[in-house]
Amino acid sequence: MAEPAVSEMDIDAAGLAVRLRAVTKIYDNGVAALGPLDLDVAKGEFVSLLGPSGCGKSTALRLIAGLSAPSAGTVNVSHRANRKDGRHPIGFVFQEPTLMPWASVRENVRLPLKLSHAPATDADSRIEEALAQVGLAEFADAYPRELSGGMKMRVSLARALVTDPDILLLDEPFAALDEITRFRLNNDLLALWRKLHKTVIFVTHSVFESVYLSQRVLVMTARPGRLASAFRIATVEPRGEEFRTSAEYAGYCREVSSALAPSYSGQRSA
Amino acid sequence: MSSFQNIGRMLMPAAVFAAGLGFWELVVRVNDIQPYVLPSPFVVFQTLVGDWPVLSESLGVTLLTTLEGFVAAAVGGVALALLFNQSKWLEYSLFPYAVILQVTPVIAIAPLLLIYLPQQTAVIVCAWIVGFFPVLSNTTLGLNSVDRNLAGLFQLYGASRLQTLRFLKLPAALPYILGGLRIAGGLSLIGAVVAEIAAGTAGAGSGLAFRIAESGYRLNIPRMFAALLLLSVAGIVIYGLLALVSHLVLRRWHESALGKEN
Repeated sequence: MAEPAVSEMDIDAAGLAVRLRAVTKIYDNGVAALGPLDLDVAKGEFVSLLGPSGCGKSTALRLIAGLSAPSAGTVNVSHRANRKDGRHPIGFVFQEPTLMPWASVRENVRLPLKLSHAPATDADSRIEEALAQVGLAEFADAYPRELSGGMKMRVSLARALVTDPDILLLDEPFAALDEITRFRLNNDLLALWRKLHKTVIFVTHSVFESVYLSQRVLVMTARPGRLASAFRIATVEPRGEEFRTSAEYAGYCREVSSALAPSYSGQRSA
Repeated sequence: MSSFQNIGRMLMPAAVFAAGLGFWELVVRVNDIQPYVLPSPFVVFQTLVGDWPVLSESLGVTLLTTLEGFVAAAVGGVALALLFNQSKWLEYSLFPYAVILQVTPVIAIAPLLLIYLPQQTAVIVCAWIVGFFPVLSNTTLGLNSVDRNLAGLFQLYGASRLQTLRFLKLPAALPYILGGLRIAGGLSLIGAVVAEIAAGTAGAGSGLAFRIAESGYRLNIPRMFAALLLLSVAGIVIYGLLALVSHLVLRRWHESALGKEN
């Protein structure tokens, strides 16, 4: 990334992992997808971006990841000093598992390390560790087609974790899964977050998922996406299934839903 | 699917083949047709065995030509596709000529090639011309069919061009490349035969197609049939081998090579 080192030191000093200032994204075909958007995410924070489909939340994630450049504004991401041994600062999980069908689970998880030329012996132990973290240790030699949707998503998560990134970007990762699997992966993700102290930015269009998972829910408007409102979900940690059925949870969901409703009002179809 | 049906699927074509041969044999015998008009299957088989020294040598020549043309088509097609994939301008400049080579009937090009090139080279070039285009177009299609998110992932982790090519684009294109090769195998044989026939009329060559032309002039119809039979079998074997290779390479992961059970 080309931002001057000063501003990175700056956001490090402020305890921020990610800072967006007046960021807009206009696509080549003239569609204004995002912004202007200001966003601060503290280190170690779990933040959800919640909004209707096509509101630019995935675009925001891609900008933070450096997968595309903003049309205006600045994107700062806190970097750990050394990136040598394959410790990429960002892990990205897409809506689809996005696995290489020709490679085994182990080789899929190895990919980020291979691309950054990490030493092989070190890589093997890190792959085992990442697979153990998502509960897939014994499936290392399976091929993606042999796994269920939930397991594929876990592989995708393990691949994001294998570089031990500071920031995890998740783009509606569980949207295509059945409810039981999604709940289970929600809990596993929360457990990982508590254990590994990563900064997590989670994109979703599910009110329930965002409230359940995050410390902060940021509601976005319809396209071009801006921040409509923000909610701090303060509850007894660690959260578990009892939170999901509590009156407190229902109350938060109601609040967030009503904040989200205007974002949908202008849309042709819901 | 029951095993009875599976056996049936194999037996039916064989039964049709046997019935056809029997009918042919019958017609020839009942009407007492002379071998120089229409040889019976039995005579064709006799000729195949009797002329085996000549025919096998010709078969070897044709197969070698086909193999050389096929290898040239495979290497050339994949290499061109990789070049085109790296440079759009190169693709824009050269692709139309690849199409022109493909759509111009090779049988019309062969006599020209025979004028300018040594005969053996001309025959291989013919086999290459018909074979390389399916490899080129299939490989290009495959290289462009890479999953967008996977490409983004490679970009995120700072993959070099070579890494993207080696670990993403080539594996993703592999099923397409193998499909192209399967078509190219049969076409290389056709290219070789066409060139041999064109060359044969110029008075040289010893491949199977040349044998067919030569036997035609001599009214040695049984040998024509025998040579034709060998060509068909060669084509079937080439196709079968390439299909087998494709299956072995893809069986762990690609839909085309998986059973229907899931």
